[in-house]
Amino acid sequence: MTRTLEQAAVERHGDELYDAFLNRTTVPNLRDRVAGITITDAYHIQAHFVERRVRAGEAIVGKKIGVTSRAIQEAIGVFEPDFGQLTSAMAFEDGAAIDLDSLIQPRAEAEIAFVLKRDLKGPGITATDVLRATDHVRTCFEIVDSRICGWDIKIEDTVADNASCGVYVLGEDKADPRDVDLTLAGLLVERDGEAVASGVGAAVQGSPLNSVAWLANRLGQLGIPFRAGEVILSGSLGPLLPVSDGGLLVATIGGVGSCSINFRRGGVHA
Amino acid sequence: MLDAAAIEKLTGIVAAAQAAPHTIAKLTDDYPGMTVADSYAVQDALLARWQAEGRVLAGYKAGLTSKAKMDQMGVSEPSFGLLMADTIDADGGIIPTGKLIHPRAEAEIAFVMKDELAGAAVSIGDVIAATDFVQPALEIIDSRFEKFKFDLVSVIADNGSSARFLLGGRPRRPQELDLRTIGILLERNGEVAAMASSGAVLGHPARAVQMLVAWLHARGRTLPAGSIVLTGGATEAIPVTKGDAIAARFQDMGGISVRMER
Repeated sequence: MTRTLEQAAVERHGDELYDAFLNRTTVPNLRDRVAGITITDAYHIQAHFVERRVRAGEAIVGKKIGVTSRAIQEAIGVFEPDFGQLTSAMAFEDGAAIDLDSLIQPRAEAEIAFVLKRDLKGPGITATDVLRATDHVRTCFEIVDSRICGWDIKIEDTVADNASCGVYVLGEDKADPRDVDLTLAGLLVERDGEAVASGVGAAVQGSPLNSVAWLANRLGQLGIPFRAGEVILSGSLGPLLPVSDGGLLVATIGGVGSCSINFRRGGVHA
Repeated sequence: MLDAAAIEKLTGIVAAAQAAPHTIAKLTDDYPGMTVADSYAVQDALLARWQAEGRVLAGYKAGLTSKAKMDQMGVSEPSFGLLMADTIDADGGIIPTGKLIHPRAEAEIAFVMKDELAGAAVSIGDVIAATDFVQPALEIIDSRFEKFKFDLVSVIADNGSSARFLLGGRPRRPQELDLRTIGILLERNGEVAAMASSGAVLGHPARAVQMLVAWLHARGRTLPAGSIVLTGGATEAIPVTKGDAIAARFQDMGGISVRMER
């Protein structure tokens, strides 16, 4: 995959996405107006978008892996995952109240988050290496959000838009991944006490461990470091959930733990 | 409400279809006024016939326990059916296919009861306390209706599409597990064909047992000690055919496998 865009064009599109993020607006999808855009171009645009956030004072604290389920891959027209960068401003604590008005068109997904105790440097990383390098796993909500109008995304659009990162919440419970069969970890999501969605670890690239190994190898190709202490959101176990009605969402993952998030509209300082 | 003669006639039609086997038209085609109560009257009559033939009731199955299936059928509570002891197969064994029409397989959690449960309002805690163990289960369902097309009234009269089932893998005390979050993978010939979390069944599979006990109570019955309860497919039902190898893996409950007779 090659780069086709000039640096000026990369920066222009990255700036445009950053402005949309700041102003909580959307832009039309890139693929229909940026002739010849490749996935590599999209990662360069992402890097510039994230760089703008870092220049404004945020720190990079981890990565998210997206497009990990067969259903999403078919919808979006690719057969491998993508990744985005997590920043310090995206992190919320377990049980946090999140103002829906602080986001553009949010949706929720429940995932397994990995926290590394050792650097992982691809290529050649396997699921076994991931198990050995992981300090702990936690249940996590990722609130995805799109700066692309109407979520009209294909792979180039979402990659440029930092893999549709919004905010994320890490559950307080920690588990040692050597104690859990993550492939068979079941998910239940409840909204105000009622079961609304379920899922299973195998939906994530066969196993969330495979997803993290993929990321280590992909970052290795790109020369991006993957450091101890980083948080990795490994991909959604279940369906994307609408959140526009607000409410208390609780995700529980078998052998891993719980995580909750309280959606409000207005009146909450995000 | 149908009269006794109509119930008897419908019972004969279903019993013959299950024994032969062959497909039949939806029962509501000839009896459009038929109700769910009529369907359970047919089940009662089927049970009486089967017991008179020396067959033994092993327990009950819950069906329509996932939100998707309930929405599809327009109901808010599960359906229930009879599990006969002679329809149990062995873990690692062979499912006889001679009497199957268009079988499908689903993976679910089975409860085996230690104590009798009775009453209109047992709690989830009561269900857990009365359970001897839970275990992985595979259920082979098979509708006697053409192309698996039916309505609620017809499928209940057809004993909830019950055909064959087996329990296997690791028995567990329900107190030791979070039964809302057991991940389940269902495989056919070595490929993952469906996946689910146990909480897809009513948020917690013990809720199916709870609702079964209330339903039995309303009919003047109880759930006896030793009963097997299949709590309903957590995964979708996948089509299976002669010679297929079917296996399921359950988090912290081991695996279960069976082959369809060639």
